[in-house]
Amino acid sequence: MLDKIGIAKRIAREIQDGYYVNLGIGIPTLCANYIPEGMHVVLQSENGILGMGPFPFEGDEDADLINAGKQTVTLLPGSSLFDSAMSFGMIRSQKVDLTILGAMEVSEEGDIANWKIPGKMVKGMGGAMDLVASAKNIIVAMQHVNKAGESKLLPKCSLPLTGLRCVKRIVTELATVDVIHGRGFKLIERAPGISVEQIKNATAGRLIIEGEIPEMQIS
Amino acid sequence: MNKTVSNAEEAIRGITDGMTLMLGGFGLCGIPENCITALVKAGTKNLTCISNNAGVDDFGLGLLLQSKQVRKMIASYVGENAEFERQMLSGELDVELVPQGTLATRCMAAGYGMPAIFTPAGVGTEVAIGKEVRNFNGKDYLMEMAFDADFAIVKAWKGDTMGNLIYRDTARNFNPLMAMAGKITIAEVEHLVEPGELDPNHIHTPGIYIHRIFQGSNYEKRIEQRTVRKK
Repeated sequence: MLDKIGIAKRIAREIQDGYYVNLGIGIPTLCANYIPEGMHVVLQSENGILGMGPFPFEGDEDADLINAGKQTVTLLPGSSLFDSAMSFGMIRSQKVDLTILGAMEVSEEGDIANWKIPGKMVKGMGGAMDLVASAKNIIVAMQHVNKAGESKLLPKCSLPLTGLRCVKRIVTELATVDVIHGRGFKLIERAPGISVEQIKNATAGRLIIEGEIPEMQIS
Repeated sequence: MNKTVSNAEEAIRGITDGMTLMLGGFGLCGIPENCITALVKAGTKNLTCISNNAGVDDFGLGLLLQSKQVRKMIASYVGENAEFERQMLSGELDVELVPQGTLATRCMAAGYGMPAIFTPAGVGTEVAIGKEVRNFNGKDYLMEMAFDADFAIVKAWKGDTMGNLIYRDTARNFNPLMAMAGKITIAEVEHLVEPGELDPNHIHTPGIYIHRIFQGSNYEKRIEQRTVRKK
């Protein structure tokens, strides 16, 4: 079974040289730490940065320079700054190559729910609805089951939707699965030490298992 | 062409009960601190506020919520504010949650003189309820209306007395969009200079959009999430 860092390391393998990438809050943010050495990747933050760098050194933090999670950050050489309309312009026009975000539920059609629990949590969708409606490639980082032990990979989402038919790939502590429209979740890899049977038991949506399922490679 | 007013109290003159205001900023970054304080002091009521966030309990727009001056909040993310949540759940506060890109582009449309935009954000979700859906090239889009705000209040790093503005780092965010969108736009700046001191090549907001400008004071510039590395 993978921990959060394991999930982040596995997803980081999806990032390619020359990519512009938007990372959501939580596990997706951790992916930035595991981009292979020598690979040139530009991180986009939807509050108006291309070329976001790591957290500042103690004492160097600047209230005017934050990421979309409101954390103090830095700029790397070659970075640029812009307003919120341009930021979502580059997202909507698919200039951003890869979006990695968290989810509460994903359906076997690739629908995603990650912004609201009626009666419990009302924080707002932020930029999530814009990102999922437009991104060319969306990978979800999440736990396979919720705290109550219920599967988060469902035939249909039960929570209010963030977007329709948009998720391509999901990486959890148990597995990597791809969404195949009209068919369901296709099992691609098992996490180290996890059996196909365990993944089947934790997946409420249709799970497609074809041939031998390899174990994930995590450096 | 001198748009200078002496302070925030003078700048907010004419904002009356029931008006719709745009307020720039992302989280607590790039918010018009001086004007928010002046609005609290003025006690203007039943405001509709368009802003990406709602501040925190004791800072930013949270101050206007605390004093119950806001009737309706239009925002994309309101997570860090307990008083906000209380007022929303009790029904005292009307809330319209808008996807962040839609919020930005509805401001932009107003500033560009366009009545509406089409965006795929929110198609098939509760955001789409009651909205026109149009299909272009095989993909569905929601029609979203440009905002209509009586006043826009923005914060810039530098400005000149003609209203030309330059923002700093991510404190830019919604500020230039809202600056273009208000019927009357107020800019508060950290450094107010004379015409000619700012390089025209570096102006983000041309002065034509700004009606009143003043040198702000006592900026707290609070950091919401202080994240650092060890040296």
